[in-house]
Amino acid sequence: MSVHLVLFLAFGAVALAGAINLLAQTHPINSALSLIAVMAALAGEYLLLGAEFVAALQVIVYAGAVMVLFVFVIMLLNAGVEERTKGSRVAILFGVPGTLLGGVLIAWVLLRHSGTGDVPAGALPGAPATIGPLLFHEFLLPFEITSILILIAIMGAVVLASKPPSAPVPPREGN
Amino acid sequence: MVPLSYYLVLSGILFACGVVGFLIKRNIITIFMSIELMLNGVNLSFVAFAAHWHALAGQVFVFFVMVVAAAEATVGLAIIIAVYRTRETLNVDQVNLLKL
Repeated sequence: MSVHLVLFLAFGAVALAGAINLLAQTHPINSALSLIAVMAALAGEYLLLGAEFVAALQVIVYAGAVMVLFVFVIMLLNAGVEERTKGSRVAILFGVPGTLLGGVLIAWVLLRHSGTGDVPAGALPGAPATIGPLLFHEFLLPFEITSILILIAIMGAVVLASKPPSAPVPPREGN
Repeated sequence: MVPLSYYLVLSGILFACGVVGFLIKRNIITIFMSIELMLNGVNLSFVAFAAHWHALAGQVFVFFVMVVAAAEATVGLAIIIAVYRTRETLNVDQVNLLKL
């Protein structure tokens, strides 16, 4: 067993444990912390593949910014333990076996018919110096469009989350 | 050397966990986190394929997926706050009308 495989299995086990813990926990804050563990483990997997830029982004953007937003909203809304209802029991009854069946099927097909594709450790030239030119030359238009998307998302978030005026604003006194 | 299929199987399992969470969870915030888990699973397969085919564009796609996920999380959480403000609940079983 090579070091690469051992590290892959270790990070994969952490990611898997976090994902299952996300499902098992009933309090949203515990689920959020498990999701952070999953994202950190995935950052390790990216680093193992040589994608350093993506690993850094994963930690900064996902495990940092997005999850802080989640935790902030959980605390803002004072979200408590979720209750089980009839609908959720039916969903567990059909959802878990169905998804497990699909997952096992996909894993079996991939492991059986995957050919001889091996990924060596650090296969990608993933430093920011190689991603940057790609991002600002070939993918310049999508990059600019994402800036518009983020602007729209900011405005949408402000509009949606702002408190609606409870009382109509009195007309201003004329001069 | 790790076979490409191992990465794809891990990514598929993470995606499946996200689907299960989306189905069985009843807290709207946890459902939203399950969607993030699915996006993470897909990102892993993007990077694994990029490493296998030596295609750097795969990493740029991961970048765009992250940007869209961040924008989606912002708007989605704002919607959750708006829903909570009008319904006083986070349970999706009790949020069955689109009308606010």
